[in-house]
Amino acid sequence: MKYMLLIYSNEAAFEAAGKAEVQEIVGAYQAYTQALTKAGVIVASDRLQRSASATTVRTADGKTKVLNGPYAETKEQLGGFYMIDVPDLDAALTWAARCPGASHGAVEVRPVWAM
Amino acid sequence: MARSAEESARTAAAAAVRESYGKLLAFLAARTRDVAAAEDALAEAVAAALADWPLRGVPRSPEAWLLAVARRKFIDQARRRQSAEAAGDHLRLIAEELAEAAGMATIPDNRLALMFACAHPALDAGIRAPLMLQAILGLDAATIAAAFLVSPAAMGQRLARAKSKIRQAGIPFRVPERAELGERLHSVLEAIYAAFAEGWSDPVGTEIRRRDLAEEAIWLGRLVCSLLPGEAEALGLLALMLHAEARRKARRDAQGEYVPLAEQDPALWDAPLIAEAEVLLFRAGAMDAIGRFQLEAAVQSAHVVRRHGGRSDWSAILRLYDALWAMTGSPVVAVNRAVALAEVKDPAAGIAALDALQSDDRLAEYQPYWAARAGLLASAGNAAAADEAYEQAIGLEHDPAVRRFLERRRRALRG
Repeated sequence: MKYMLLIYSNEAAFEAAGKAEVQEIVGAYQAYTQALTKAGVIVASDRLQRSASATTVRTADGKTKVLNGPYAETKEQLGGFYMIDVPDLDAALTWAARCPGASHGAVEVRPVWAM
Repeated sequence: MARSAEESARTAAAAAVRESYGKLLAFLAARTRDVAAAEDALAEAVAAALADWPLRGVPRSPEAWLLAVARRKFIDQARRRQSAEAAGDHLRLIAEELAEAAGMATIPDNRLALMFACAHPALDAGIRAPLMLQAILGLDAATIAAAFLVSPAAMGQRLARAKSKIRQAGIPFRVPERAELGERLHSVLEAIYAAFAEGWSDPVGTEIRRRDLAEEAIWLGRLVCSLLPGEAEALGLLALMLHAEARRKARRDAQGEYVPLAEQDPALWDAPLIAEAEVLLFRAGAMDAIGRFQLEAAVQSAHVVRRHGGRSDWSAILRLYDALWAMTGSPVVAVNRAVALAEVKDPAAGIAALDALQSDDRLAEYQPYWAARAGLLASAGNAAAADEAYEQAIGLEHDPAVRRFLERRRRALRG
């Protein structure tokens, strides 16, 4: 089954982090991506620009509304994702727990709708 | 006479259905992860068995009988469905499972894997016990709803949602690996204990459904012990439930009034159940893997000496609660520990221990805290404060017999 690991973290805390700390986090993500690749379970992954760069669009009654900012203003924002293909939820949860995002934020595990 | 023969035929049929039901459901759902579809496939077969077996006797292989009927019904259904909608993948899988099972001499027992799926941490803690009761024992939503004091519609909805989550999120039907078995088993045991506690909360057993739930939980406890005989905590939980069950009759007097543990007649305790509990606890102890359920069972065991005219071993009980408190940090444990401390030392020591808990908001509406407080204050001779605590305890109690008991205690204060 395919699962999305959606990484939510506190952007302000990340920006306030020192250079050494940032390097450590980036290194941890690189190692994690490497491990997923070696295990042959990674389908896709990307890091997103910070939520201040987001624009939210809604269309109602034929009118398009464009709003500056993310869908929801919360302390922890979606900052990146991994899509993995593993046999079941337990395997997905094991990978989610290894994700650096799980220790400095939260990782939401969502099964992908199978078409 | 005829009536009792009929009755026992029905009981035998129900027992055989129960034993087979969980096994068949677990087998059908293991590959598809679709509990609801497996239930549908079995529903009519179970109804047919409950009508047929009391009259004609339980067949030699109940599982094969149920499977044959389930398979026939399923093929009928699939045919009817075909024109309306394309049979989903899981329906095709169920059909394959049924065909495969029909060719087997015995169905593999996947019930343990099913229990781990029902108690998976990805499901809400509150739905795990109801889900297990339904999947393993085949109880209907209305019966479960009555026991958990929610409406049948709400329970049905929550059960359906949990089953969709199992399917959609890909919750596996598997006994976890050694490394995580302990933690995951604990959530299975917690769910069984929750079912037991719901049954237990009606001590007089006036509501047959609620009383049955305690028996169902014990049945599940026995099942886990038979499938995982090397797990000390599984044995501990069964021992705990059996000790509690052994006292059922002693908890009410002839007039139906509540009798607290301290005043129960030990001669009314069920000796075979106690003996079984003691053996289980001894076996668990030898495994050297102490845990919450074994400690709680050991507390119950420390009261057993009263059967031989002795006094409950309060210093042992206090030590056990110390260990439980260190392990769980639970305010409920802390209240029991304070009561044990009062028995070992004096009421003042117990009151001081309760005072130390006052900052815990969780206790403000916890009846046993107030009842314990009232009892200790009364023993210490502080009638005014005891009266106040009794009032609070009475206001929080939902069992009328316990309420009457507390009222009697409160009146006795005024002498």
